[in-house]
Amino acid sequence: MSRTEIKIGGFGGQGVILAGMIIGRAAALHDDKDATLTQSFGPEARGGACSAQVVVSTERNLYPCVTAPDVLVVMSQPAYEQYVGGIRPDALVLYESSLVEPNGLPAGCRSFGIPATSFAEELGRRMVLNIVMLGFFAALCDVVSEGAIRQALAASVPKGTERLNLDAFTRGLDYGRALRAKGG
Amino acid sequence: MKADPRGVLTGVHFLDGDHACCEGALAAGCRCAFGYPITPSTEVVERIAQRLPTVGGVFLQMEDEIASSIAIQGAAWGGKKVLSVSSGPGISLMMEHIGLAAMTETPCVFVNVQRAGPSTGLPTLVAQADMMQARWGSHGDYEVIAICPNSPQECFDLTLHAFNLAETYRTPVMFMMDEAVGHMTERVVIPAAEQLEVVERRRPREKPSDQYALYRCEPGSRVPPMPPVGEGYRFHVTGLTHDERGYPVMNAEAQDKLVRRLVDKIRLAEPELARYEEFQVDDADVVLVAYGITSRVVQRSMRLARERGLKVGVFRPVVVWPFPERRLRELARRVKAFVVAELNLGQVVLEVERLAGGTRTVLASHAGGALHEPEAILKVVQEVLR
Repeated sequence: MSRTEIKIGGFGGQGVILAGMIIGRAAALHDDKDATLTQSFGPEARGGACSAQVVVSTERNLYPCVTAPDVLVVMSQPAYEQYVGGIRPDALVLYESSLVEPNGLPAGCRSFGIPATSFAEELGRRMVLNIVMLGFFAALCDVVSEGAIRQALAASVPKGTERLNLDAFTRGLDYGRALRAKGG
Repeated sequence: MKADPRGVLTGVHFLDGDHACCEGALAAGCRCAFGYPITPSTEVVERIAQRLPTVGGVFLQMEDEIASSIAIQGAAWGGKKVLSVSSGPGISLMMEHIGLAAMTETPCVFVNVQRAGPSTGLPTLVAQADMMQARWGSHGDYEVIAICPNSPQECFDLTLHAFNLAETYRTPVMFMMDEAVGHMTERVVIPAAEQLEVVERRRPREKPSDQYALYRCEPGSRVPPMPPVGEGYRFHVTGLTHDERGYPVMNAEAQDKLVRRLVDKIRLAEPELARYEEFQVDDADVVLVAYGITSRVVQRSMRLARERGLKVGVFRPVVVWPFPERRLRELARRVKAFVVAELNLGQVVLEVERLAGGTRTVLASHAGGALHEPEAILKVVQEVLR
């Protein structure tokens, strides 16, 4: 059995939960895997560091909690600092490079940054930052297929914004693929 | 009977347990719900408030849980399938009316998305500490049915089952979710309406007349048929001890006859109500007993134990009240010990101890706020086997 634990962190309002929802939906509905999404509730979800956890598994996922993430996606410095301590020593860390300074990363981790905020601004809507990160995730993490994420994305965003969101996704995907081609 | 397609959101969805519970209710034919939102059950209320009007139903947010729990009973007597939903503090307020539903044999489903208490406790965090309240939280002697789902899929499937049981036995059914199951999002498959069996309320066969008695059972049955108001049957419904006609009778004989039937109709139905899952119990020395979200955690503990060569299995009651006691007694005859894991400091373990007949029973307790660490349960198993 293969089980991958993914944690997405950022400020409340950055679309952290939506990003987790799209990854989970993609795996569960379009990639024929088992996926469980849990999220942090309560005071910690408002303002400070907020997180979504997705467990993707090739068989029935029994234990729903993320204990030591294989993949950490972060969009704020507080989220990075709060969650980096718990990751696996060989985790994949993806971060928004204008918002996160990845200090003190364990030596065995692979990490990649993307200026997702400015990409989102170039596309005209800063709020699609999370979707740029999602494209970046799709390029650098093979747990969920690109096609599945595209399908889940189109079904998860407000009507009329599909084009913008798919463009944001592609922007992140292309940037990530280029990094990966360079031997990332 | 097959489900009304209007209420069935057929398809493959990615839903949390709260939303899936709402869809299960609609598929079962629930067309009336009253409630007052409270974390972590708010998403059930949000969804059912939005969805019920689209299928010809009614949702009202009442002034509080006391009003909600009595309003649904009026709707039930009006012929509707009904639900109310809350969490610890709200369920405590509903307790008086849950007793009334048991006494008046009013079919209704109470959803409790359990959070940690007592009192307001940890509003956003998980517990399973209302299990004894679900059983006997109202005063007087009665039995209810309580069901514990462990996934969003089961929140759909078993909510539908809860409605079917409420109608079959004319009883309040406690649908005992927990915060973890309620807020977890997973794939939920909702079948076509024609694949879903729903139970409709059994109506009296006799025509309205002066001879009609509201609580008269047919031979061999402990559950009387139930007429809706407004169809010519004249009857009286009261929380006082009553006779077959529904009128108060204040003596020990009437009390014994009524309360014994109310208790027996659930307690003696255990063989047909029993619903449980088992994993690797055939060769097990130790059987882990858990329900709701913890029944998933213990399967991980079981796997860890098996990797270490320990013969461990899992017994998971799905219907927790009445407890599937015949099966537990059978297991007790051939295992060395039970380890009961629950997110409280010892509730269902008392029932397991009672049924274990001397087989060692150990509690892996947790006061709530998080799930057990699978390793912590493994440690209890290792100590038991030492």
